[in-house]
Amino acid sequence: MSILVNKDSRVIVQGITGSEGTFHASQMLDYGTRIVAGVTPGKGGQMALDGQIPVFDTVEEARTKTQADVSIIFVPPAFAADAIIEAAYAGIGLVVCITEGIPIHDMVRVKRIIDMEGTRLVGPNCPGIITVDECKLGIMPGFITRKGSVGVVSKSGTLTYEAIGQLVSAGLGQTTAIGIGGDPIIGTSMKDVLQLFEADPETEGVVIIGEIGGQMEIEAARWAQKNMSKPIVGFIAGQTAPPGRRMGHAGAIVSGGDDTAEAKMRILGECGIAVCESVATIGETMKRMLKA
Amino acid sequence: MKIHEYQGKALLKSFDVPIQDGIVIDTLDQAETAIQTVQQEFNTEAVIVKAQIHAGGRGKGGGVKYSPTADEALSNVQAILGSTLVTHQTGPQGQKVRKVYITEALDIAKEYYAAITLDRSKAKHVFMVSTEGGMEIEKVAAETPEKIAKVWIDPLVGMKPFQARILGTALKLEGEALKSAMKIFMDMYRCYEETDASLVEINPLVKTEDGRIIALDAKFNFDDNALFRHKHIADLRDLNEEDPTEVEAGKYHLNYIKLDGTVGCMVNGAGLAMATMDIIKLSGGEPANFLDVGGAANVDTVKNGFKIILSDPHVKAILINIFGGIVRCDRVAKGVIQAVQELDLSVPVVVRLEGTNAKEAKLILAESKVSIIPANNMQDAAQKVVAAAKE
Repeated sequence: MSILVNKDSRVIVQGITGSEGTFHASQMLDYGTRIVAGVTPGKGGQMALDGQIPVFDTVEEARTKTQADVSIIFVPPAFAADAIIEAAYAGIGLVVCITEGIPIHDMVRVKRIIDMEGTRLVGPNCPGIITVDECKLGIMPGFITRKGSVGVVSKSGTLTYEAIGQLVSAGLGQTTAIGIGGDPIIGTSMKDVLQLFEADPETEGVVIIGEIGGQMEIEAARWAQKNMSKPIVGFIAGQTAPPGRRMGHAGAIVSGGDDTAEAKMRILGECGIAVCESVATIGETMKRMLKA
Repeated sequence: MKIHEYQGKALLKSFDVPIQDGIVIDTLDQAETAIQTVQQEFNTEAVIVKAQIHAGGRGKGGGVKYSPTADEALSNVQAILGSTLVTHQTGPQGQKVRKVYITEALDIAKEYYAAITLDRSKAKHVFMVSTEGGMEIEKVAAETPEKIAKVWIDPLVGMKPFQARILGTALKLEGEALKSAMKIFMDMYRCYEETDASLVEINPLVKTEDGRIIALDAKFNFDDNALFRHKHIADLRDLNEEDPTEVEAGKYHLNYIKLDGTVGCMVNGAGLAMATMDIIKLSGGEPANFLDVGGAANVDTVKNGFKIILSDPHVKAILINIFGGIVRCDRVAKGVIQAVQELDLSVPVVVRLEGTNAKEAKLILAESKVSIIPANNMQDAAQKVVAAAKE
């Protein structure tokens, strides 16, 4: 078991003929992901990835001809909102958007549309999802993971890798790792992912990695306090970030109130989450929690 | 991206929002003519002289002067233009005033607050108004939250007239003033949406003695990711208002923010970069910067990163922390060695490389003749760089 994707997921790559799309699609294919189609407008009928994957002009056509149920998006930011809406209207249940730099007004509209269509979006501006040894849907380095029982959810890409690396060093494997993205508007929240991990029998503990800005970690912690039976280890990046400055991610900015690292760490702790003050202790803290 | 008050007001005016109007000048010899023109055009003896810098708190910092006569206006322009204004938002070093805005003076009966921004948790836009205009809205929100009225706007539906009415009545406006305010709120939202703004704030929005509703100030933030489709807004950028090192870093596609410490750091990924700053602090040091080199950590990126970090004379040691996913650590290691050699670095460099080809990378670093301090993990790296900075 795992969450969101597994070895049976049938994947469309939107933007498969672009340089990013081609590179990562071939990496995903090597990992074992079942890529069944690519979409690039104007290139329908061609074959991508050395003749292995058929390319279609539209997601609709790709889905009906290949029974795909998942899509991953690598199109440039100016066209990404259109690509997400196209996938949602075509009835794709899970859309992962890797694209960085989508205008925020576009994403606010997209968010309303995917909610109405019942599509789950992960991202944008995220490293994607990896269900260990089954399906890699994104740009994460697959080789750093080990199959196991810990779920990982994070706003940040390389911090996800850091957490996975520490878990492996501590002798712990993962079920699924998800980067949900660091933009102000994202499709899937930390709380959404906690709900999925709680329902997954294979996941025994969860690492959540947040950062300054927004209320998402607090919402997840409050939900977990009431509903989660599995141990959670939490880390919040940005304890030294000055207020009012955007720290890389569009959403990582302290704008007052409960969105500082200190406030989030305090509230996570109050909700029963094992909060790591230092990023270096994520792995060992999880090991201790699972033994207890 | 931020813009100046005079630019924001021009933008509001183009969306039919009534503004306290004026003329902007950047040299002293334009002052007399400008003052006369404002006096004649707006039929006013008194004018306001307003320093144009991006930071807030200009009034308290002495950058906004009521000037009852042309002579006083001129001496106020002389005092403000070219001076360095210190406000609670500029930091102690202040900000040089390169432009002055000379505007009409209005007889104000009441000041209000009005702003539109994004509500992340609701994934809708939120329009806020308050009867407590002219004050810092954060203070109002903390002390008297009941004095702020809000409506949430569905981006697919847009702002509806009833929402403007809710806001207008919350300000206890009636008759013609209510009608004008409602129209202003609708126009403000149109401006917010059509320019891809992330904040439109009018503080204060005023009711004049003769019952008109007018924007006395204008503050905009724009979504950098959307500037590609608004060239006329991108052109309003004033590089004088930004940190020169951060501007320079941007040219190399590096995301740099200067801080006050002595430990420089270069990291791939924003989250890991913040976590690296945090662990430096936890280990007893002070981070000198935030620097995210992004996905491509090659020789040029590392070299440019070093140059940017070392432009800050307070830096005593540098930590490079890369978790290679797509990036190959052996290539990063070679890049670091080459950069250290070519730049002839004078400060110690601690390098922690993890992920793709990390083993090969460690070997390359160990065998190199340049003085790089290798580290095994983040804890080790942080301790080593903090110790090096204190030597």
